[in-house]
Amino acid sequence: MSTVPDYAPESKTAQDRKGAPLPTPTPAPGPKLRATNVNFFYGTFQALYDISLDMQEHLVTALIGPSGCGKSTFLRNLNRINDTVRNSRMEGKILLDNEDVREVDVTNLRRRVGMVFQRPNPFPKSIFENIAYGLKINGMAKRSEMRDKVERSLRRAALWDEVKDKLHESAYALSGGQQQRLCIARALAVNPEVLLLDEPCSALDPVSTAKIEELMLQLRSSCTVAIVTHNMQQAARVSDVTAFLLEGKLIECRPTAQLFTNPADPRTEAYITGRFG
Amino acid sequence: MATPLVVETPVIRRQTQAGDIVARWVVTVFAASILFVTALLVYQLWTGSAPSRLKSGFGFLTSTQWNPVTEEFGALPFIYGTVLTSVLALLISVPLGLGAAIYLAELAPARLSDALTFLVELLAAIPSVIYGVLAIFAVVPLMRSHVEPFLKSSLGFLPLFKGPSLGVGFLTAGVVLSIMTVPYIVSVSRESLLAVPREQREAALALGATRWEMVWQVVVPYAKLGIFGSIFLSLARALGETMAVTMVIGNDPKIRASLLAPGYSIAAVIANEFSEATGATYQAALVELGLILFVLTIIINAVARLMIAATTRKGSKRS
Ligand SMILES: Nc1ncnc2c1ncn2[C@@H]1O[C@H](COP(=O)(O)OP(=O)(O)O)[C@@H](O)[C@H]1O
Ligand SMILES: [Mg+2]
Repeated sequence: MSTVPDYAPESKTAQDRKGAPLPTPTPAPGPKLRATNVNFFYGTFQALYDISLDMQEHLVTALIGPSGCGKSTFLRNLNRINDTVRNSRMEGKILLDNEDVREVDVTNLRRRVGMVFQRPNPFPKSIFENIAYGLKINGMAKRSEMRDKVERSLRRAALWDEVKDKLHESAYALSGGQQQRLCIARALAVNPEVLLLDEPCSALDPVSTAKIEELMLQLRSSCTVAIVTHNMQQAARVSDVTAFLLEGKLIECRPTAQLFTNPADPRTEAYITGRFG
Repeated sequence: MATPLVVETPVIRRQTQAGDIVARWVVTVFAASILFVTALLVYQLWTGSAPSRLKSGFGFLTSTQWNPVTEEFGALPFIYGTVLTSVLALLISVPLGLGAAIYLAELAPARLSDALTFLVELLAAIPSVIYGVLAIFAVVPLMRSHVEPFLKSSLGFLPLFKGPSLGVGFLTAGVVLSIMTVPYIVSVSRESLLAVPREQREAALALGATRWEMVWQVVVPYAKLGIFGSIFLSLARALGETMAVTMVIGNDPKIRASLLAPGYSIAAVIANEFSEATGATYQAALVELGLILFVLTIIINAVARLMIAATTRKGSKRS
């Protein structure tokens, strides 16, 4: 029995990343993110089957489906955070701006594709330090610019007014909803082109949830957003496109309004009308 | 159906209550015995050292003379030797142990990590006299013929590295103590690193941190309380270590600037001289040295707690 966390080695280093100019997002023809025939395995267990899905720039894509259907797994392949799971393996291709995510520097990929997790996971540091961390490691701000950039990120996450007087207090002093918005601000600080959110509201109260949903609608103008959610009303409220997954397979992916009013597949209909899952 | 229940319930309850009361008393007595032993220890050290305390007063702490024949007793050379060797030990064992812990927790393949951890925990359990033997046959010759000549030729202009290469002395004792304390640092630090939640690691990676940035800037700071704990555990062991130190420190009660020179430590002198200490003052002086070591340990523990409390307050309170 091993007690070591199952992290597989990663080969890429920060060397070529520091100091390199940040790539300006060039409007590429085609989708922002394109997954083609993605299969994913945890050891011998296959969690994803042949998933092909496009995410268009500046749209919010919702991933819905019953628990354990592979939503998180799919999302975690988009920024290759699942590379760190021992004995895991992905087949197929994922393209970001037509570039294979497995051929770009993984640290730069993750800078461009931000992620917010199910449970708020701020660092045990001050609010300010939480936001500044990503800027520091990516060499994205001089000391003098740091404060401005931190403020801007907190404003984008609609948290500034609540924390501006206690920037140097522990992030753990915030409520759960504030912590989650802090995590969103932390992700936004490094200017991601894509933001992945894995059930960001599942641990939050309705008021915090409403705030985050509102945020999502605003983020659309600057980011491409993918959100996993259990909550179908939430998917309907915030997303432009919805993808329904079942047992590791993509059942259908269509504009949200169509999928909810007129599902093509009987399994989708069964799910959205609450007959299982 | 209801009647038997009514009859039986009080019986069952009475038994449980009696058991509760007995258990409560037993654990209270056990807990009280801890207090009792501590109190007894302090009492013994205090009364046992009375003749010496009355004779030399605070001069005992500052006097550098130790001469049982003329009944001159001063503690400073022993305090110096104890503190110096412990500090040397930590200077070596903290970077070494923390590095090894990081390797085992974060980088090594699982099988290798488990095997090495088993060995490290084995090393922590070896009696110190065995380390002493190892030191005499391996460390002392190595220090005498390689390390000390090298230090003298390269850094000999410093007062720290002057004098003959004896092989025994402060530096050798520090090295041996570091070998003995590394396993504590490795095993406790490794545990604390492994206890850092996966979410913290993923938060760093998802922002574009490299593996090393994640380990050094997020995982290690998160685990710092446990790491501090391991360091203070090692320091406590180094301060009190007797056998291995007395075998390699040279047993000479002198304060010398050179790390290559022989010295003495509190624990070593008590062990060496107690059985042949004739005369009430001689024996009391040794007991007073014991009292000093006890107080030193308490101070270190207090400092450790303060440091931990301070770092916990500073923006790092865990929910
Ligand atoms: N680290 C892992 N190791 C092995 N199996 C996993 C791991 N993570 C998830 N799984 C399995 O993969 C399947 C999909 O999980 P997940 O993507 O977390 O589902 P969802 O997010 O849709 O609830 C589940 O059956 C789950 O048990
Ligand atoms: Mg999930």
